[in-house]
Amino acid sequence: MSGDPNQQRSKSALLDVEDLRVTFPTRTGLIEAVRGVSFSLGRERLGIVGESGSGKSQTGRAIMGLTPPQARISADKLAFDGIDLLSVSPRERRSLRGKRIAMILQDPKYSLDPVMSIGRQIVETLRTHEKVGKAEARDRALAMLEAVQIRDPARVFDLHPHEVSGGMGQRAMIAMMLIAGPEMMIADEPTSALDVTVQLDVLGILDRLVGERGMGLIFISHDLRLVSSFCDRVIVMYAGKVVEQLKASELGRAQHPYTRGLLNCMPKIGADRHPLPVLDRKPEWAA
Amino acid sequence: MTSAIAVDGLEVIFDRFRALKGVSLDVQPGESFGLVGESGSGKSTLLRAIAGLAPVASGSITVNGKTLGARRDKAFYREVQMVFQDPYGSLHPRQTVDRLLQEPLAIHGFADGEKRIQRALDEVGLGNGFRFRYSHQLSGGQRQRVAIARALILEPSILLLDEPTSALDASVQAEVLNLLEEVRRRRKLTFLMVSHDLAIITHMCERLMVMQSGEAVENLAAADLVERRVTKDYTRNLLRASDGFVRTA
Repeated sequence: MSGDPNQQRSKSALLDVEDLRVTFPTRTGLIEAVRGVSFSLGRERLGIVGESGSGKSQTGRAIMGLTPPQARISADKLAFDGIDLLSVSPRERRSLRGKRIAMILQDPKYSLDPVMSIGRQIVETLRTHEKVGKAEARDRALAMLEAVQIRDPARVFDLHPHEVSGGMGQRAMIAMMLIAGPEMMIADEPTSALDVTVQLDVLGILDRLVGERGMGLIFISHDLRLVSSFCDRVIVMYAGKVVEQLKASELGRAQHPYTRGLLNCMPKIGADRHPLPVLDRKPEWAA
Repeated sequence: MTSAIAVDGLEVIFDRFRALKGVSLDVQPGESFGLVGESGSGKSTLLRAIAGLAPVASGSITVNGKTLGARRDKAFYREVQMVFQDPYGSLHPRQTVDRLLQEPLAIHGFADGEKRIQRALDEVGLGNGFRFRYSHQLSGGQRQRVAIARALILEPSILLLDEPTSALDASVQAEVLNLLEEVRRRRKLTFLMVSHDLAIITHMCERLMVMQSGEAVENLAAADLVERRVTKDYTRNLLRASDGFVRTA
């Protein structure tokens, strides 16, 4: 495998996170949403799994630079391709966002601009980051819509977000995020708002494009089983901390009681367990 | 034996959109029946039509042997109660839990409210400490427990459940599903439950109906689904999708 260029490149990490903390001031004091998260990402698919309040989304947002202004971020290291994300100017950060780091959010109904046609939104992303003419931008947007398996790209180009289904909207979102050719993508619950069958189509598209382009992907989700079927590696978060990191293929051999509890408590087709095992939360998990 | 719920040739039309196209259904007393399908399949509309919340164009709905008219009377709501999907949207934000639970009792003229509220809260695993809280002071799982307590307080025989756990975390979902099973066993309730998740339906129900764009695709026993004895491609696709992502080389 040593001849494979992707394999070679994956040795140097794309993203390095060390002791990341995100703190929100509230009326009742400081809330630490993320408490010392460390991991590194190569050109691979990394899943971050946790329940609501585990800090998984705030971790993604801190990397993207979308943490609300009142929150405080600190880290020993938060570097993307050698660039220290905490010390760069907002201007440089903006040029990274969309160009080299992209993000897909949960619900296309809210994350697309409702008053702009889908095509114009994709073209806008492209022309923000690259000097291209209008005609070329349009052609590339159409090609990108085709790449996300939209059957009639010319028609969809002129539609507004409310005129398309959830699955189509999410494909448009992926097209918009990929058009500038990012090296890293953060997908925060990209398929949770979609029907199961559509969910698999969208994941298939994401998988193919990420693989073809050799991108690094951070896949944030509450669904441990889905993540383990899609990603190479999984990080399990609980109460703002990483409780376990493991290979997706070794999920069955998870050590931490939280990971095992989470896997166990979901109903499975064919498993006749009444009542379902419930999670017995231990205070020391959050310690 | 008369069916708990019998639906025959039900049509629901919103403006010109036919949301239900002649759906029939039969649920026996004490049974737990599931409705599965993707969004827009009409599964929630069917549930809402039974509760009197959707415009029925034609067809009939019979509950415990009584055929329902266009309006539901009070007696109907003593027999049939509903639990909704979103625990954040289905509780009044400016009422305490106590007030929320008193409302149905007041409507139906129960005198022993105090006792019933305490019993209902105990039954769903919330102590008296929750009684004077507002819904924003509760977690999602606790809210759904309050919604279940509110549905149970009138001692109905039928519970309509519209995706009762899809807004909850996996671990909380397990707790709420266990609670629902327990109250069903204890009170011998009939469940009609909607979910997009085949695993939840096979866990909770004995029989189920698969729906697609306003029509019934097929009726199955949960055991058939477990053994993958399905006849329609649509159901097969749903089953495959619930296995998770499979990378094609």
